[in-house]
Amino acid sequence: MTAPARTTVPAARGPMAEAWDIFRRSPSAMLGLALLILVMGMTFAGPHLYQVDPFEIVWAPLTPPGEEATIPLGTDNLGRDILAGLIAGGRATLAVGFAAAAITMLIGVLIGAYAGFYGGIVDDMLMRVTEFFQVLPPLLFAMVVVTLFQPTLVNVALAIGIVSWPQTARLTRSEFRRIRTLEYVSAMRAIGAGDGNIIWRVILPNALPPLIVSATLTIGMAILFEAGLSFLGLSDPNVMSWGLMIGSGREYLLDAWWVVTLPGAMIFLTVLGVSLVGDGLNDAFNPRMRER
Amino acid sequence: MFRRILRQLLYAAALILAVLVLNFLLIQLAPGDPAEVIAGEMGGASAEVMAAIRQQYGLDKPLLTQLGLYLGRALQGDLGMSYFYNRPVVDLILSRLGPTMLLVATALGFALIVGTRLGMLASRNPRGIASALVTVLSLVGYSAPVFWTGLMLVILFGATIPLFPIAGMIDVVKQGGLLSRVLDIAHHLVLPALTLGLVYLAQYSRLTRASMLEVLGADYIRTARAKGVSERQVFGRHAFRNALLPVVTVAGMQFGAIISGAVLVETVFSWPGLGTLAFQSILARDYPTVLGILFFSTLIVIIANLLTDFVSRLLDPRLAGGR
Repeated sequence: MTAPARTTVPAARGPMAEAWDIFRRSPSAMLGLALLILVMGMTFAGPHLYQVDPFEIVWAPLTPPGEEATIPLGTDNLGRDILAGLIAGGRATLAVGFAAAAITMLIGVLIGAYAGFYGGIVDDMLMRVTEFFQVLPPLLFAMVVVTLFQPTLVNVALAIGIVSWPQTARLTRSEFRRIRTLEYVSAMRAIGAGDGNIIWRVILPNALPPLIVSATLTIGMAILFEAGLSFLGLSDPNVMSWGLMIGSGREYLLDAWWVVTLPGAMIFLTVLGVSLVGDGLNDAFNPRMRER
Repeated sequence: MFRRILRQLLYAAALILAVLVLNFLLIQLAPGDPAEVIAGEMGGASAEVMAAIRQQYGLDKPLLTQLGLYLGRALQGDLGMSYFYNRPVVDLILSRLGPTMLLVATALGFALIVGTRLGMLASRNPRGIASALVTVLSLVGYSAPVFWTGLMLVILFGATIPLFPIAGMIDVVKQGGLLSRVLDIAHHLVLPALTLGLVYLAQYSRLTRASMLEVLGADYIRTARAKGVSERQVFGRHAFRNALLPVVTVAGMQFGAIISGAVLVETVFSWPGLGTLAFQSILARDYPTVLGILFFSTLIVIIANLLTDFVSRLLDPRLAGGR
């Protein structure tokens, strides 16, 4: 007795799997992903592999990299281990970057969704608020907020979130305006779905692709922001961060290039990774736009 | 036309008022006694100064009265006193406005001129060298922290190739006539303007390339070519002018970000503008000055937005009619 012959049917592929396929084939997107994995690995596994306190004075100040075998990347102006600083500094930078991006997306999507969905006077009011936040010079406003209140990591993330959401709100709004006129939304309405249901369970999932891309770029921007604030010495002074390392080492940069160059390179590589991944996602979600 | 301009001016005025209210709220929301916040947490404010502040700001009166007093004085051009510099905030800011505007305008001009040209060059051949340069430049420009780029230039030009001064705006030792003073400032301007400009050069070149590629596919370009218009004319006049529009819009919308960038760049190069003033007054907890700078920068952004709108309408007659 033989089993009935089976024809192989290709598995139905969702849009996400398709997007991942496109993403995977882009060398620059994969390079970005590799960079991010590297930075994350260094930040999370690093402290276990290289157990040096970033605030501890370990050797003579301004020892160049490679001079002492135990301190591969040299020391800063106080004699603290640079490598330990690079490992520890990633944690604050990434945490603030991600938290700020989350706050940005939360406010931006909420405001953009209501403005785009309801239109009319709701839209007008919300867009006026958005425009108000858009004329505030972002870094200056964040500087003021962080100094008036305490420069804790939470406040830094909040300050960055408060100045960054208008762009997300505008993007969300335009997506919602486009999608709300589509037939499947009318169909949902016809079967009696409530506004909340339509906004969050019907339109939002369909508006996600551009929002995911924008979230990625927001993370990159938030990391740069955090770096700028801590470079100016306006972040939490008790938490090591890449920007703080640059800020405290800048007076010595003509004698000791490594003190500012190395932490800056870490910021650069991290944001580069984020933006390459963002570009890759953009191509993956909009295959038609790839020539741009 | 006039009605639209009037409406926009009214709207701008409302925004300015809103920024003032925000400033007022920030002082109120900050932890601690508002009088101490205004005097700065130097600990040195005498009892008379504190009493004077209380009386001037009406701090013993209800909140709305305080707001009214604050707005009334602000609209008369009185943003309070800097107790750190012992000068009216407005004077202090006006004395620093020039260098910042010089820096921002130079950086923006450089970025716009070089960036759009580069983007146009890249659009001629999407796989050519110029295009690759635009791609690399835009990635680096986006990813490198602007203050770090500045510090790298300081290392390069301060130690390796001492061609340009790395700090300040004027050489105190140099004496001479007007021309030599102008040249001296221009010489000091090179590195800060380059640092700030590179970020936007990267963005504008990428944007120009994208918008050129889009415009070049349009029907009117095909028509122009079919009529026998030379390639140079097609690129330079027909396509470029239309492709410029999104760049101008973005450049205008980004003014706030550019001012923010200037804060960092000024700090790196000790450029004596609003940015260094903001930084120093934040360190000194001189809040009237800090809030005054926030207000002035916002004012600049609002004016820049109005101008951008105006220029876009000049560039694109389609916008001039409706909306």
